[in-house]
Amino acid sequence: MKDIVLEGPAGSGKAHGEYGYDDLRALMSRQTGDEKHDRAATSTLDALWVLYDKVLRVSPATAEDDERDRFYLSKGHGPMAYYAVLAAKGFFPADVLDGFGGFDSILGRHPDRTLVPGVEISSGSLGHGLPLAVGTALGLRARRLPSRVWVLVGDGELDEGSNHEAITYAGRARLDNLHVVVIDNASAMHGWPGGIERRFAFEGWSTARVNGRDHAALTEAFTMAHPEQPHVVVAEV
Amino acid sequence: MDTMRERFAAVTSRLLDEDPRLAVVLAVITSDSFADAGRRHPDRVIDLGIREQLLISTAGGLALAGLRPVAHTFASFLVERPFEQIKLDLNHLDVGAVLVSAGASYDMSAGGRTHQSPGDVALLDTLPGWTVHVPGHPDEAETLLREAYQAEGRVYVRLSTETNEQPLPAKPTVLKRGRRGTVVAVGPLADPVLAATSDLDVTVLYTPTVRPFPAQLLRETLAAPEVILVEPYLAGTSIPATARALSGQPTRILGLGVASKELRHYGTPGDHQKAHGLDPSSLHRSITDFLTA
Repeated sequence: MKDIVLEGPAGSGKAHGEYGYDDLRALMSRQTGDEKHDRAATSTLDALWVLYDKVLRVSPATAEDDERDRFYLSKGHGPMAYYAVLAAKGFFPADVLDGFGGFDSILGRHPDRTLVPGVEISSGSLGHGLPLAVGTALGLRARRLPSRVWVLVGDGELDEGSNHEAITYAGRARLDNLHVVVIDNASAMHGWPGGIERRFAFEGWSTARVNGRDHAALTEAFTMAHPEQPHVVVAEV
Repeated sequence: MDTMRERFAAVTSRLLDEDPRLAVVLAVITSDSFADAGRRHPDRVIDLGIREQLLISTAGGLALAGLRPVAHTFASFLVERPFEQIKLDLNHLDVGAVLVSAGASYDMSAGGRTHQSPGDVALLDTLPGWTVHVPGHPDEAETLLREAYQAEGRVYVRLSTETNEQPLPAKPTVLKRGRRGTVVAVGPLADPVLAATSDLDVTVLYTPTVRPFPAQLLRETLAAPEVILVEPYLAGTSIPATARALSGQPTRILGLGVASKELRHYGTPGDHQKAHGLDPSSLHRSITDFLTA
């Protein structure tokens, strides 16, 4: 459980809930020092915003509720967009962003669920979030909870074999409360000839491929029905 | 008598009926024994197929969803193969799970190194917050498993086909008192240790729980600086823990256990016990040599 006291200069920013998509770049640029991962961060920005703004049933007020939706950021490097979205949605004050990467900051270059309100899993080593999400999806089903699980992975991250244990099992188990968004910025070293979604489809997943900057297309792909199947949206950026 | 693994399956199956938080995660090994429980609780007996990285991550994910996960397979495939998953998806996430292994150090004596895991306890020693049980008898295994399922944190229960004849208390216990040193017998090695020390003036402590290490009992019963550890996994695994327990005084510690040099021989577990010097007469020789050195 996170038990932190967040102090920052009072009146220095907007109140919770007042930030919109147009504020995200400014919120991201307050986090300095990890410029090597700027491209990685920006690649996730639109998908994250659409998820937290339109799709996920979770808020600071419901962040501990059993029935909340869970979002797992598996692509843990370059988390500046993720932190910006969480701050924009009020999970923690925006002032916290200024300390990003500092010794006493709760915001590291890879997120820690024990430190940051709103962060469900700690990540940074690729290929862990999707397998974890399989476990959570199974647990939510066992407890008959209506919550959905969302995982964000990268196309390069899909090189990691551990993902494929999860993908193949989830399809066989028809884990229809499990959703994956793959940010495809063509960074995989040897690519994915034929397309990422074909591998998921072969394993029994419902699939969609969309422009990862088009919010309307993302929303439609995220919310399409997929009975009896886990669902993947490949977001091209 | 049933084996520890059979007892694990029977007890866990019953507890699945009683405790809605319990979920068993398997990777094919032992799944036949959970078939009935799986029919009664299809959502809480989960066989992933041969996917051991997923086995541990699933345990972490189940814990995040509010369940008490019990993950099981052979020790080599439970602890060694998916060790990064243990490090990150259990420890770094700070969630609780029960890991239950079979196979231990040389149960599958004709199976060779790939199915033998003397290094499991030492590997887990690199991570904080693990309770480690090494029961010496199926009755002790049952007690410790029930405890683990009720607890909240991270627990490793190391089952074996090696077993003492009779159950001992499932906690650190003084088996006999002596003046020339203390022998700490872990789990299934209690019988060989008792046979080896029957004519020796030593204290024998038994423990089926090695983490936390029984430091207080060791300190309270210490009659001489000499301590001999007899562990059914890698020799010397608990030397650091012993040294920390006795940091306030001079000590001499001998760590007996399974050799790290690979034993490329097959045969029976008894053959391996002898090869590693853990049979009564080898133990007697090692202990007396140490005490008279």
